[in-house]
Amino acid sequence: MNLLFDFTVDKATNTIHITREFAADLDLVWDAFTKAEMLDQWTAPKPWRVRTKEMDFREGGRWLYAMITPERTHWSLAEFTEIKPKTSFSSRNTFSDENGNHITDAFSLTKNSFKAGTETTTVHIEKKFDKLSTLEMMVAGGYKEGMAAGLSNLDEYFSTLVASK
Amino acid sequence: MRRDIFQAIADPTRRAILVLIAVQAMTPNAIAEHFDITRQSISKHLRILSECDLLNQKQDGREIFYELKIDKMKEIDIWLGQFRKIMEERFQQLDQLLYTIKNKKK
Repeated sequence: MNLLFDFTVDKATNTIHITREFAADLDLVWDAFTKAEMLDQWTAPKPWRVRTKEMDFREGGRWLYAMITPERTHWSLAEFTEIKPKTSFSSRNTFSDENGNHITDAFSLTKNSFKAGTETTTVHIEKKFDKLSTLEMMVAGGYKEGMAAGLSNLDEYFSTLVASK
Repeated sequence: MRRDIFQAIADPTRRAILVLIAVQAMTPNAIAEHFDITRQSISKHLRILSECDLLNQKQDGREIFYELKIDKMKEIDIWLGQFRKIMEERFQQLDQLLYTIKNKKK
């Protein structure tokens, strides 16, 4: 089956839009995005692994999970801000320590929307970063706490470069 | 030997080195202080980044400083490309998981 995958970036608003179709019904796809035992099985880029420490899927609840690499473990946090069952949910995502304490001011806001088709389910993901360097940090998986300071420097550096063009 | 820039950013340590030296020129020892890995590993990563033509070297007395050739980086577009690739791979893993679950139900 040829499944839709669309990826666009709006640099003016630091927002990424992803649309992806999945060959399963809405109930199953919703579970895959919201249940820890399923999230743990697909959200890590290989050869990394994801292991959930806490999952409290309700508005005001949070998902605390470890991204485990051969070198070290990165803790990440998704705080659920809005949930419309089987329709959409939104979260504020950041890096944390193993107890879910924030370790950086950098964050992204994610909204996942679900739409049932005849044989497939389409998911639209809107991911807005507070600044572009946060995207780089999310991509790199986050490093030591100290890296956050370096990244905000990098952000300033890039804005200087853009301004000098 | 010339390498593709994607080889440079395929490795998380090399991405972290690029972020460090984008801010300021640094000696290999100063770079190594930011990581838990050996000085030899850092040298290997720096060699690969050099081969990708991402580094400027500056001699200051006995010390060599490395800095990022920013024009080679195409800045954020590379991170975006990497992010897109990560998402594609994740979704393929989910495709596989959904397929497995559906077959179990049958």
